[in-house]
Amino acid sequence: MDLRDTPDEAAFRAEVVGWLRENVPSGLDELSSPAALRDLTDIGPAKAWSAALAEAGYAGLTWPVENGGRGAPLTHQAIFLEESAAAQAPSHLGVLGLGMIGPTIAEHGTAGQKAHLPKILSAEEIWCQGFSEPGAGSDLAGVRTSAELRGDVFVVNGQKVWSSFAHISDWCMLLVRTEQGSQRHKGLTMLLVDLRSPGVDVRPIRELTGDSVFNEVFYSDVEVPVENVLGEVGAGWSVAMTTLGHERATLGFSLVGALEAQLGRAKALARERGVRDPLLLDRLAREVIEVEALKLTNRRMLASLSGGGTPGPEGSAVKLRWSLANQRLTALALEMTGPEATAPPAKWEYEFLRSRANTIEAGTSEVLRNILAERVLGLPRSR
Amino acid sequence: MPFALTADQIEIRDTVRRYLAGTLPLERVAGLAASETGWDPSGWADLAEMGWLGIAVPEESGGVGLGYVEQAIVVEELGRALYSGPYLSTVAALPSLEPAEQAKVAEGSARWSVAVSGLVPDFDRVDSVLGAGSGSPGACERLESIDPTRPTGRITGGAQDAQPPTVNQPVLQTLLAAEALGIAERALDMGVEYAVERQQFGRAIGSYQAISHQLADSFGDLELARSLVYASAWTLSEQPAEAARSAAVANAFTTERAVAVVERVIQVHGGIGFTWEHPLHYFYKRAVWLRAFAGYPSELRSVIRSELAGCLEPRLTDFGGEGDLIRDECSVL
Repeated sequence: MDLRDTPDEAAFRAEVVGWLRENVPSGLDELSSPAALRDLTDIGPAKAWSAALAEAGYAGLTWPVENGGRGAPLTHQAIFLEESAAAQAPSHLGVLGLGMIGPTIAEHGTAGQKAHLPKILSAEEIWCQGFSEPGAGSDLAGVRTSAELRGDVFVVNGQKVWSSFAHISDWCMLLVRTEQGSQRHKGLTMLLVDLRSPGVDVRPIRELTGDSVFNEVFYSDVEVPVENVLGEVGAGWSVAMTTLGHERATLGFSLVGALEAQLGRAKALARERGVRDPLLLDRLAREVIEVEALKLTNRRMLASLSGGGTPGPEGSAVKLRWSLANQRLTALALEMTGPEATAPPAKWEYEFLRSRANTIEAGTSEVLRNILAERVLGLPRSR
Repeated sequence: MPFALTADQIEIRDTVRRYLAGTLPLERVAGLAASETGWDPSGWADLAEMGWLGIAVPEESGGVGLGYVEQAIVVEELGRALYSGPYLSTVAALPSLEPAEQAKVAEGSARWSVAVSGLVPDFDRVDSVLGAGSGSPGACERLESIDPTRPTGRITGGAQDAQPPTVNQPVLQTLLAAEALGIAERALDMGVEYAVERQQFGRAIGSYQAISHQLADSFGDLELARSLVYASAWTLSEQPAEAARSAAVANAFTTERAVAVVERVIQVHGGIGFTWEHPLHYFYKRAVWLRAFAGYPSELRSVIRSELAGCLEPRLTDFGGEGDLIRDECSVL
């Protein structure tokens, strides 16, 4: 057990700190904010930032060299995220491609499909995923969007919902039912779909924040070449599980990194406003402790992953605690700001409203508690 | 940055756990608490022989020469078993003792306790008291402690002023947190076991989310607590200058969460959890005692509150009395 950086880690940290100091342009924080994303023509600067990250080798740090990554250990990824948070640097625009879709293509993809990987790193291609449907939210096995093989194309019909970033995406990793009448986990297939194909209709959902990050995507007779099947036909469920496994492995670091940056802004707010009320300060102190505990817990998980372990269901605890912490922290920031928190530009108001989704997206708190209860504690299934 | 127990540390944990499973099954706890001595002094020699009393004592003083992580592991395991001897009290005093006295502790021939605010845990089962005027447990009057497995004495007369050497608070706070972690882990195990066995309305109660989600939340509490406890123990050994903060944080979080975990487990047990017959109440009372002894969580968080208010940072300019005013304001945080 050693919480200090090894010489190699310290050197990498110094490199990252130096690079971020030179390269994070001021105001970039706004570039990847939903207000900027809403205007589809305005993602240029965020793309340029993502490309700069890739150029410097910070996108896909842990990806194998042959896929355009750096082949670095997971600890480097953790260090990069910690320092990015400290520098308040915005994240790469292709969050889903980097964290979930890329690694899934790397694991299940053909040589042709792997050609997408460098483009994911450089943000030349932005990817989204199409899993959830109106009738399949937490229960993904209820997927009904169909794909029928006609010659050398699958013809896709159906509707997906809650596709983050679909409105700025070029490609989608889409879970469809290829076997008519199949039930639950069987008969599902994963397709890689070019969103510019005829018949694709992306409709942004206006969320309670007033912004649009999530989308409905309608597919009407969309033709997808058979070579775009990821993995085997009929093996879509296991491919989806790979994706969600990667989500769990890397998500914790990204989330806690973002929370730490948020906490940094809340601390700055407390100082700016000269907050001395012990009740407010105590609530902030609790979040300082919670964030430290989450960071350390990520590091313990990192040690087990680096030792060759696979991401376990324990990661669900980090996501659960992160979401609740962010909700408390943003509510506290409003209170520390006082009545003017509700007047424009109302940055904290946006963060506060946005945080309601934290306990719903990427596994609702209820599903996460079920996972902990059943798969970690060994309690009987609840249904 | 590997933040994980080493193979040797896991071996220590497993050895202590096996030893306690054999010598101190849960059924014995109630009997010991009701016995004349309140604990089993005959097992003390075992602790010395296994090297657990001197696990963090330097080798030249007859110890094993390991660090606070190993020390915390032993305390955590003793907590899991609800051990009622003065182990925690003794090792909490160690950092303030002379090498010769440390050697006596390591060989099992001296038992110590520490006085905090004039209160001395395990006063009736130790030879000496650190931080008490006379250093003698004989000067204590017995209090009816909330925790029957850890009797507490109060120093009588005018000897309440702490005498040097004083208690090392970061060590004490970290070890109390480690014991709270062990207490809560065992309680959670009991809660899970009960939720699997107990049937109501034709189903195991653990299949109801109103039950299982309380246990899942307890798991989350303890995952985070474990990280803070081990990090604080590591800091005590490797970066002692930082330890005041990490120990306060680990203690504040862990003792508060440990109480919450045991409370949920009592709720999961229903009526049986409220009986004297069921051992849960001993775990609950120990957790409540642990939360109080080195300062309540709200008090310990003042370290962080002061940091946030900027009270702990050097001020660049200090005009007139303004700085004092701000420091005064900060003192109530």
